[in-house]
Amino acid sequence: MSLALHDVIASQRPSGGHLCDRSILVHVDDLLETTSLGGWAEALAGRSVLIVTRSQIAAAASLVELDGVARRLVLMPADHSSEDMTRVIAKADVTAIVTDLEALAPDLVSGPIVRCVPAALKTGAKPSRTETTEWILLTSGTTDGPKLVVHTLASLSGAIQPSRGCEDLPVWGTFYDTRRFGGLQILLRVLIGGGSLALAAPGEPLAALLPRLNMHRITHLSGTPSHWRRVLMSPLAGRIAPRSIRLSGEIVDQGLLDKLSGFYKPETLVHAFASTEAGVVFEVADRLSGFPAALLGRHGSVEIKVEDGSLHVRSPRTAQRYLGGGEPLTKDGWVDTGDLLDHRDDRLYFLGRRGGVINVGGLKVHPEEVEAVINAHPRVLMSRVRGRRSAITGGLVVAEVMARQNPAAGRDRTLEAEILDLCHRSLAPYKVPAQIRLVGSLDVATSGKMVRSNA
Amino acid sequence: MSVRNIILEQFIQVADEQGKQLPIPSDELILLDSSLDSLSFAIIVARLEDALGVDPFSTADELSFPVTFGDFVSLYEQAI
Repeated sequence: MSLALHDVIASQRPSGGHLCDRSILVHVDDLLETTSLGGWAEALAGRSVLIVTRSQIAAAASLVELDGVARRLVLMPADHSSEDMTRVIAKADVTAIVTDLEALAPDLVSGPIVRCVPAALKTGAKPSRTETTEWILLTSGTTDGPKLVVHTLASLSGAIQPSRGCEDLPVWGTFYDTRRFGGLQILLRVLIGGGSLALAAPGEPLAALLPRLNMHRITHLSGTPSHWRRVLMSPLAGRIAPRSIRLSGEIVDQGLLDKLSGFYKPETLVHAFASTEAGVVFEVADRLSGFPAALLGRHGSVEIKVEDGSLHVRSPRTAQRYLGGGEPLTKDGWVDTGDLLDHRDDRLYFLGRRGGVINVGGLKVHPEEVEAVINAHPRVLMSRVRGRRSAITGGLVVAEVMARQNPAAGRDRTLEAEILDLCHRSLAPYKVPAQIRLVGSLDVATSGKMVRSNA
Repeated sequence: MSVRNIILEQFIQVADEQGKQLPIPSDELILLDSSLDSLSFAIIVARLEDALGVDPFSTADELSFPVTFGDFVSLYEQAI
């Protein structure tokens, strides 16, 4: 059995450092001797526990307290819908919830609903940490809610280098939600490797976050290309001075790398390839988009290859499986990332995703999920959802809709507005089509499936 | 309709769809203070490409990042 997060921090982490948001600052060392769960950790032993909080720090404190105690920890990002939550509870056999939300129905689960606070309270309780806890991360699914991806602390932390003890410890900031893969990587870097982390408070606007990151004197800052484009559009962009910039979660273009390089003149500017399923795969530090072909093959414990045009990964850092059935996550140990590549000269460039999966600012959207919502409108016969390139968010969702009666290309503002309203009520904002086009017909292949192009 | 008015119309329309309160945009309005997030901007830029036939964000040789509403409008005025 590998060490639980609490014990890794206690035995390997250089002391000092904190986690903070707009209103709370918690010293990491204090997390070892205190509780954020009112001393309830032992009541959660062996259970499948859903962590659903507004405060990212409360969630982080709960992870430290419960890894090795709970059988399974399910991390819910901030932008979930209540439908998603019900589905996740069923799929992951959740029997207890850790939360700081007020409005949870008490009959959601059979076991306890434990209140957590981001503050560290003194406790004498020392729950035994003997479980190899499964960490469940959510990623977007097709039509039946999020996919549940099974990791362990070992697979999640495989790319994190232990501190060498001689360098200045970093002060990280991140635009990510630490309940998703990209943000969780940064949180674990700080919890295991040392340093501090400044997080966004729930709903905190960029205009407030940037000056605060400056106040915390962040040295390292991570986000998606879309996050960074947004920063560059802010008059406060010059208020931060990260010496290390990290991008991941979306295709990185050369224009953005050049702009960041010129504007911030960082010592390091790294884009990483990682995904919830494939884990952290590699980092590219040469300030060029794409990655060198020399990265193909085996490097240490990570193997990568291109097969059927897409990037495949085999490493101890990949997730183990999906919960709740569906297709297997790996084949002979390989994860097909679905990211299509173009080989030019000695470099590989990302083209987009197979299967029409749309990447909106680092968040994946399956066309089928959006189509299912649109098709529920009584006047809609069928619809096709696809991606459209955006220089702001990488991709955008657009829909072509065929009406049930007298389908014709053109505009029907009432129907368009009703479909948009339906989507706004059932889908996260990034999944709602930016544009709805009424069409007279949609191509159906001889297989009976709608024709999708990888546009 | 002038380019400025077409842009203005899209800002108001998208803010409304996203359920955001938008102050009347003046040239000095800082885009990221306008309650519109980057998703809203991406939608505005996509619809303006359909309406005006240009996307100055993806065609410019050097990436530009407008900070104010005035910057945004002049980016389009120059591109057309």
